[in-house]
Amino acid sequence: MAGDIWVLVEQWRGQVTDVTYEVLALGRELATATGGSLQAVLLGPGVAEVPPSLGAADGVLVAENTALGEPEPDLYALVLAQVIPRRQPEALLIPQTNALMGCGPLLAARLGLSCINSCRDVHLDQGRLLARCLLYGGKVEAAVVPERTPVVLGILPGARPREQGRIDRTPPCAAVSVDLPATPPVQFRGYTEPPPGDVDITREDVLVAVGRGIQRQENVALAEELAAALGGAVCGSRPVVDQGWLPASRQVGTSGMIVEPQMYLALGISGAPEHVEGMKRARLIIAINTDPRAPIFGVAHYGVTADLFDIVPLLIDRIRAARQKAAS
Amino acid sequence: MVKVLVLLKLVPDVVEEPEIAADGRSLDPSSVRLVVSERDEHALEEALLLKERYGGTVTAVALDVPEVDDVLFTALAKGADRAVKVSGVEPGMSTWAAAAALARTLRVTPGLLPADLILTGVQAIDDLDGQTGPVVARLLELPYVSMVSRVEVDPAGHEAVVAREYAGGVTGTFEVRLPVVLGVQSAEKPPRYVPVARVRAAMKAQRLEVLPAAVEEEPAHLEVLQLSKPQVGGGAVMLEGSPEEVAAQICDLLRERGLV
Ligand SMILES: Cc1cc2nc3c(=O)[nH]c(=O)nc-3n(C[C@H](O)[C@H](O)[C@H](O)COP(=O)(O)OP(=O)(O)OC[C@H]3O[C@@H](n4cnc5c(N)ncnc54)[C@H](O)[C@@H]3O)c2cc1C
Repeated sequence: MAGDIWVLVEQWRGQVTDVTYEVLALGRELATATGGSLQAVLLGPGVAEVPPSLGAADGVLVAENTALGEPEPDLYALVLAQVIPRRQPEALLIPQTNALMGCGPLLAARLGLSCINSCRDVHLDQGRLLARCLLYGGKVEAAVVPERTPVVLGILPGARPREQGRIDRTPPCAAVSVDLPATPPVQFRGYTEPPPGDVDITREDVLVAVGRGIQRQENVALAEELAAALGGAVCGSRPVVDQGWLPASRQVGTSGMIVEPQMYLALGISGAPEHVEGMKRARLIIAINTDPRAPIFGVAHYGVTADLFDIVPLLIDRIRAARQKAAS
Repeated sequence: MVKVLVLLKLVPDVVEEPEIAADGRSLDPSSVRLVVSERDEHALEEALLLKERYGGTVTAVALDVPEVDDVLFTALAKGADRAVKVSGVEPGMSTWAAAAALARTLRVTPGLLPADLILTGVQAIDDLDGQTGPVVARLLELPYVSMVSRVEVDPAGHEAVVAREYAGGVTGTFEVRLPVVLGVQSAEKPPRYVPVARVRAAMKAQRLEVLPAAVEEEPAHLEVLQLSKPQVGGGAVMLEGSPEEVAAQICDLLRERGLV
């Protein structure tokens, strides 16, 4: 089966996730280039439930086990480590998401395979798979080739449009048998929803987002003032939430919220891939950052290389004045 | 009582712009200052919180690279009991090789293992393969849980309940047998700050243990062909002018879209 490309399907809480379709779209391109087939790998409790939307794949490999109801990277890696040596695909593509984080590296470590993470693109180059990976918070791109195949590739969200990989046509499916320990060392107990009560940033039209460039907790008040003038809400990047300056419900990104406001004003945010994934669909993105090479300027529609503390107070005054004028 | 090991890694501080070296495949070492990886700082914090809650010890372990002494003394100043520097490793080794060196050293050094928990950051900004935790877990034949944001331990029952972070602020809870390797995403509290004076005091009063690395030939898994500054599709229209002018331009953009 040399040349086959496999895509690990991420199912979370009973749904195939969007990033799976993005990765299927990339997998389709690779399989066309290698001349192999594209196989979706579905781990779960029931074969009967193969989603018809996986039609981008030529086939679905299903490993059925009741312990596989929720994505659990340690168990997934154990299962995949049984299937890969038997069928020897060229590459296994894994969505690099919170739910599957660690699965690829664990699998590679089990089998001694090459593993390349944080890929934003993969293509065939002179007969080799060549991955382009984003490192250093999105500031450096690495072109990397694996020393051997099969290779395990962690694909960042956003590699391809999800519509390209979502095709309704139930592909043929093949069951693969796997052995799991009776009591796996890591056992899923349940999910907890985020505490309610705070602002729902996914419903706001205008978001003022603060990153580490805001420097101190007291300065968040400045962003609050701007958001109030605009009739919007404040959200932020992970470090701001990690510091306890904003509640977790205000975090934008892969572990936080995916937002799609009319306007997203990014203040002192570098634009790491995990953050960008949460805000890149905003209609209008304006970024203020002192670093002219900050990756956020790659996704923003408008950018300003400046100290946010020089601009924001003036902006608050202007917006207030504009509002007053409009009201009078 | 819990015995916790924390694996700390140093990574380039990207507040400064990383410059690519003449070979085109690595960063110019003179352009980068090494700092402890942000997620590892959270791993250390979670370890210290576990010690405060259950008693026991925290041992910080790091490979010998420039700046490592500062990082290890800071860990001691924050409350770690032991700090171990693993020496004799090649600079610029892959994550796999570094993780393997750490795991093999832990295994052959008396007194370090068994530990109840081995904590490390879930990922570092220079990881091409994201493998520190997973490789250590495999080589020590322990389970691994990643994206961890909370740990509760029942030492008597030899198990832990760990919380994992999912998208949208959802938390998943898992039960896991000890010992376990955990990839920490965030500690329950922000990493504590220690004043420089306390770090200096630790440098005077405490010492680092230096252990020779137990290295074996590791297969090369990857080849980096080239590093480059990423191509940005489109990119922003940059607004120029004085702060007043820029504020006026932003305000105009918002007005055009009916947002003010
Ligand atoms: C598994 C995983 C999941 C993650 N999930 C998320 C997530 O959901 N959301 C998220 O945001 N991150 C997430 N991260 C973290 C992410 O990788 C970055 O570390 C984070 O987004 C960086 O936040 P930042 O841009 O605020 O900080 P930095 O990267 O530190 O950037 C601060 C920026 O502020 C600028 N600046 C400084 N001072 C000023 C000033 N006075 N005026 C203007 N600009 C200034 C600097 O030039 C810099 O660009 C995750 C990481 C991992 C490993």
